[in-house]
Amino acid sequence: MALSITEVCTGCWACIGVCPNQAIHADEPIFAIDPEKCTECVAEFAEAQCAAICPIECAIVDELGAPLNPPGSLTGIPSENWRVEIVRL
Amino acid sequence: MCLPVPLNAMPSGGACGAVSDALLHLPEPIRAKVRDHPCYSEEAHHHFARMHVAVAPACNIQCHYCNRKYDCANESRPGVASELLTPAQAVRKALAVAATIPQMTVLGIAGPGDSLANPERTFETFRQLCEKAPDIKLCLSTNGLNLPEYVDEIARHNIGHVTITINCLDPEIGMRIYPWIFWKNRRIRGREAAAILIEQQQRGLEMLAARGILVKVNSVMIPGVNDEHLKEVSRTVKARGAFLHNVMPLIAEPEHGSYYGIMGQRGPTAAELQALQDACAGDMAMMRHCRQCRADAVGLLGEDRGAEFALDKLDAISVDYDLALSRRQETRAAIFRRLDAGRETRRAFRVWKTETKVMTTIIPAQEPECRAPPTATDCRPVVMAVATAGQGLINQHFGHAREFLVYEASPAGARFIGHRKADLYCAGAKDCDEEEEDEEGRSAASILERTIAALSGCEVLLCARIGYAPWKRLEAAGIQPNGEHAMEDIKDAVLAVYREMAATGKLAPVRQERA
Repeated sequence: MALSITEVCTGCWACIGVCPNQAIHADEPIFAIDPEKCTECVAEFAEAQCAAICPIECAIVDELGAPLNPPGSLTGIPSENWRVEIVRL
Repeated sequence: MCLPVPLNAMPSGGACGAVSDALLHLPEPIRAKVRDHPCYSEEAHHHFARMHVAVAPACNIQCHYCNRKYDCANESRPGVASELLTPAQAVRKALAVAATIPQMTVLGIAGPGDSLANPERTFETFRQLCEKAPDIKLCLSTNGLNLPEYVDEIARHNIGHVTITINCLDPEIGMRIYPWIFWKNRRIRGREAAAILIEQQQRGLEMLAARGILVKVNSVMIPGVNDEHLKEVSRTVKARGAFLHNVMPLIAEPEHGSYYGIMGQRGPTAAELQALQDACAGDMAMMRHCRQCRADAVGLLGEDRGAEFALDKLDAISVDYDLALSRRQETRAAIFRRLDAGRETRRAFRVWKTETKVMTTIIPAQEPECRAPPTATDCRPVVMAVATAGQGLINQHFGHAREFLVYEASPAGARFIGHRKADLYCAGAKDCDEEEEDEEGRSAASILERTIAALSGCEVLLCARIGYAPWKRLEAAGIQPNGEHAMEDIKDAVLAVYREMAATGKLAPVRQERA
């Protein structure tokens, strides 16, 4: 049971500071979670800490690849406006 | 929320005469603390340089005007940085800058995330720099969420200046600016999030003020969201101990990818910003010279020399600590001497004028001086733009100016009211009258038109030099170019031009409009 970080990560370091298991390291080009150490914070907190502070939607996913912060959940930008942003990326 | 506390009667923005500075009313110990701090003193920003080191990447809140995905070396706005530094790298860079730019007085940590969401990196940077360059003032800026927790540590590190970004006091307004915060191991959203953030900011402000640390409050003006509310913010933060308020315009473009940018939230016009700053000025010292700089900016405000000090270039810069320190001290002393001499000259000039009633060449003798009653109220105020490369002088070619400072001249004197960004019109030594295209295929004429649009509301443009073609275009747009005051003190020149306009009958009475 472990979370992982996708390529949309911007490397802002927020997750590294809050992980209770020191499971995250600054890998190139994006950060990475050590699956051996990650507990998804089940025993420690109500929410996985990396996902609770991460500012980037879809950057943290579970073992099935499902984002803990799906599109629109952090920015509040409604779906009809998403295309604008996706084109820019 | 309990606030009332009587507010000091304070001169509104237009303090009098050529020495007007928004901080003149402050007690001497505070003025001494900010007189070489470019981000706190309008006068200092002409002469002293600052740098931000980007050591604080993480953030603990989301603001609708910010998008952490977008980072561009050509962008100049808060939250943007080109390379993240470790504390050791930041100190190396700071020492290189302080050795190369002896006007540097200040090192700040302003992100690109939040300084206090990265406390170890932030305080380690301050600790190391304090050892190696004890003359450099330290400051930080924060969203305030973690501020109460770190006030004691801020005081321990001898950080004399803190900036808090406070956009609201009302959680109903806050929830339209902040979608979430990270607080006590949870992501909290909506009204509850805004309420916690606001409470932390206000507590932090009071705690800093109680420890004698100077607090400046930054607010982002978001039309239709918090613009009216910022007047109350200004009164409240003043009552709680902030000594300076800086209302900045929202920067929001679709290409920035922020919520406001994508949702089409507009920023204020220059006139709207100025009106709000003037409305707040009745209660509080207002700052109008902020350039909303990047989290890794280097140099004088309005310029950015960050690229000269990128990590890969630092090895080529050798630093002799002691020599650099003594050069900075000499430079600082020389600037203070020049400022004091300028003040003394202006004071003597005013005394001489009052005593002798003699008008100098800049005030035609046959005309009454505009500042003297009873004609004083008959003269309407005039807004003028100035091209300057620093030192408080009119010393820049129109075509080389990346920005213009804006002053308002009135019978009460000259006062600084803001700045306008310009596209660089002249790309080099070539004659700037030519219809050349730059690398992006923009013609000089179209760049000039945008610059003229940015100067709307200004009647006069003061610069060191200007080409014939731009001169004609400015004149046609109702902006009178003037190159006669090259290398003169800005405020003296603004007043001289104003008196000349009064003398030649260009300042027809507008008493009914001003009443």
